Amino acid sequence: MASQPAPARAGTGVLGWRPGAADLALIALLLIALVGMPVLNALPPDSGLKLPDYMIGVLGKFFCFAMLALAHGLVWGYAGPLSLGHGAFFGLGGYCMGMYLARQKAISAGNELPDFMVFLNWESLPWWWTGTHLAPVALLLIVAVPGALALLFGYFTFRSRISGVYFSIISQAMVFALMLAFSRSELGFGGKTGLTNFSTILGFSVSDQGTRIGVYVATVLALAGSYLLCRWIVRSKLGQVLVAIREAEDRVRFLGYPADRVKLFVFVLSAMIAGLGGALYVPQAGIINPSEFEPAQSIEVAAWVAVGGRGTLFGPILGALGVNAAKSWLTGFAPELWLFVLGGLFIAVTLFLPKGLAGLWPQVRAAVAKRRGGTDG
Amino acid sequence: MTRLHRWPRPGRAARAALLLALGLLVSALQAPPAAAQQADAAAFAEAVQTLATGDREARERAVDRIVEIGHPRAAAVLSALMYRRLATVAGSDRVVLEPEGGGPLEDALTGEPVENPEALETETIYASNQVRRKLRTAVSQVQIFAEDPQARLASTRNIVRAPSDATADLLRRALDREEVPRVEQAIRLALAKVELLAGDAQTKLAAIERLSGSTSPEVRSLLLRLLDRDDVPAEVRTAAREAAASIETRLTLIDWGQRVFQGISLGSVLLLAAVGLAITFGVMGVINLAHGEMLMLGAYTTFVVQQVVLAVAPGLSELSVLFALPAAFLVAGAMGVLLEQTVVRHLYGRPLETLLATFGISLLLQQGVRTIFGAPNKEVSNPFWMSGSIELIGGAVLTYNRLFILVFALAVLAVLALVIKRTTFGLQMRAVTQNRGMARAMGIPSGRIDALTFGLGSGIAGVGGVALSQITNVSPNLGQSFIVDSFMVVVFGGVGSLWGVLGGSMVLGILNKFLEPYAGAMLGKVIVLVLIILFIQWRPRGLFALKGRAGEQ
Repeated sequence: MASQPAPARAGTGVLGWRPGAADLALIALLLIALVGMPVLNALPPDSGLKLPDYMIGVLGKFFCFAMLALAHGLVWGYAGPLSLGHGAFFGLGGYCMGMYLARQKAISAGNELPDFMVFLNWESLPWWWTGTHLAPVALLLIVAVPGALALLFGYFTFRSRISGVYFSIISQAMVFALMLAFSRSELGFGGKTGLTNFSTILGFSVSDQGTRIGVYVATVLALAGSYLLCRWIVRSKLGQVLVAIREAEDRVRFLGYPADRVKLFVFVLSAMIAGLGGALYVPQAGIINPSEFEPAQSIEVAAWVAVGGRGTLFGPILGALGVNAAKSWLTGFAPELWLFVLGGLFIAVTLFLPKGLAGLWPQVRAAVAKRRGGTDG
Repeated sequence: MTRLHRWPRPGRAARAALLLALGLLVSALQAPPAAAQQADAAAFAEAVQTLATGDREARERAVDRIVEIGHPRAAAVLSALMYRRLATVAGSDRVVLEPEGGGPLEDALTGEPVENPEALETETIYASNQVRRKLRTAVSQVQIFAEDPQARLASTRNIVRAPSDATADLLRRALDREEVPRVEQAIRLALAKVELLAGDAQTKLAAIERLSGSTSPEVRSLLLRLLDRDDVPAEVRTAAREAAASIETRLTLIDWGQRVFQGISLGSVLLLAAVGLAITFGVMGVINLAHGEMLMLGAYTTFVVQQVVLAVAPGLSELSVLFALPAAFLVAGAMGVLLEQTVVRHLYGRPLETLLATFGISLLLQQGVRTIFGAPNKEVSNPFWMSGSIELIGGAVLTYNRLFILVFALAVLAVLALVIKRTTFGLQMRAVTQNRGMARAMGIPSGRIDALTFGLGSGIAGVGGVALSQITNVSPNLGQSFIVDSFMVVVFGGVGSLWGVLGGSMVLGILNKFLEPYAGAMLGKVIVLVLIILFIQWRPRGLFALKGRAGEQ
């Protein structure tokens, strides 16, 4: 497990930041996403380059998945534990946003209760919906709820040294339990249908193209922000400890580092990023339901990271975007082929590309440099 | 004190009687004596004759008499008279009737079709309005003697609506004749109800006495309803309260017993799903997320074998499940060996990558099966020797397929234990997993043993799939619904221990069933999952952890 990011070196670059090749590529990608796509969308319909309206929503969802993959890759790629339950944090963030949106809809219709509660003949709002109609409260819940679950789950599992495949299985059980729980309408989250039919967000209509572009831009910015935060963490001293834990947890412990707490910190942070991604996903998808908690969904997240490249931050983003683009392209004309491709991808990547797509470039570059006999790199 | 027994349903009586020899004995004792039957038949014939030829008063008396006799044909005759379908035959004292809903004329007394109905000159019998009024009640009452058990049941329910000494009498007479246990049970209950409502204090006390041994929630609520009434003497009240309490206790016990059995039954399903995993995950340490698909392959093999048997030798179709067992073991086992050789082998020591690769395999297998067989569920029929159920005291129902699966799961576990503990292959397998280097030094071909071990685990899963095909839908998603549960069983029970799989599956099964009534099926499962997550904190190596060096892997 070599090829770690070099420790931060002050002096060169802007404000001490030395962007690497991956950083530059990502900046280019995000700039295109941030400016290029809305501009293309604004072109007149008859011009050949016009980006259809719905594509903004599709791309926005991809960037939400990228946030989820980034969060997952931070834990798996740097600290070591493979979570098969990251969909739980994404879904919880989504449900917090869904609650806010459902309340907005109810308020605009002059009701106190969201539609589905009216159908269930509920008398009053359950206490856990208190304050969800206020945007600041919703924003707080979006990071606090997934963070709290991660804190609780991580505290217990890391404390009792549950690691490796046991951690994976237990995290899968967690997301499975959430799926079963949220499927019950008694819990007050709309049962299997979930929360849907939203009308406004922050006072703007969700169906307006302007609002959609607004949410889309917010998603790209949130992704950029999350990336910078993660980059800062993995290049800090804490990041060094993280990698050390991944490589030899016991040694780190013997050296006196609080390995549990470091892992817990990163796990909670990761859950919060995933929650934010889920929250931004809901207005663009227009629905949140228990299928987000399906164990297979969470395993797929691990696949994005593996395909993109474990142990990097750029890789998970690339993997999420690439796999989802391939998925929506392929399911367009041959839906029955998709599972074959995804299954094959899992096997091929683990067998032949252990470092994922992100590891491909350095591999190629090294091979080219070797043939030239040069000293590049 | 008479106990209210519940005996098997009529259609399955013969087979169930083998299991419950006592049932046979009791029903033999209850058969009415033949002599009494003959006397009744003669009286019935006479009454029918009076109906056909007598005047109004004689007819009314004859109706009463027919109700009293309670002949199986009584209902048919009386309703025929009521709806003007009863007729006399000119030149003889024979009485015939046109069956309800049309059809050939039949003899009123025997119900047999009349020969040459065209040759007979019949005259319809008209009953006066007074007689018809009497008939209306009589028809519903004599239904309790009808040939069709279903009609007798319905009639019992009707009769209870008008409790009186006369109805009590009618019910007693019906009870004497009744042979079908289910109807007998209903009549007993109805009689007790009528006696409790209409009888005097003495009758009430006797009825309570008889009912106190019951295990029916209906009887309990009947007794409790008696307590609400004002016109009941104190002693009857006390007796009723005590009887209700004793029924309550008995019901609780039965309920617990039933839940334990349901839990064990669920546990045996979990055991079948997880036992193969105990090999691949428990012994080899390979997280095989395609394990569920091995179950699915086994289930589909059962379907294919069933189709083949139906096509080649339809006479053996009831045995196709037996043929499916080795076939499923071979199919799933071969798939396991193939997977080990092509994918898993390259990933030993990288458990997380194995996990992802096997998930990919599971997607491929699922989609492959969906492409070949189509997405809808496949129909796998239960052989006759696995359908049906026994009903125990208190209404607990044991279905045969559940019982078979329990026995089968234990048998699979036993065979597996024998293979591991007693065969050369098992010895080599244990040697390789304990110390690969040393095993190789002893000349054990570790690569081949790995492949065979993986094949064994997968094959066992395939055999489990055959059993699961009998109780769940055979669809490409079959494996998915068991995979989380199977891993929970293995992690909870303790990795690498067959006892752990047995203990883990049974504990989880019973726990699930005990939580269900309080929390509902879904939430019960959630609670179980949370409990497992907490349990792992306390014993990270599971319930039956391996001790010593073998446990340190």
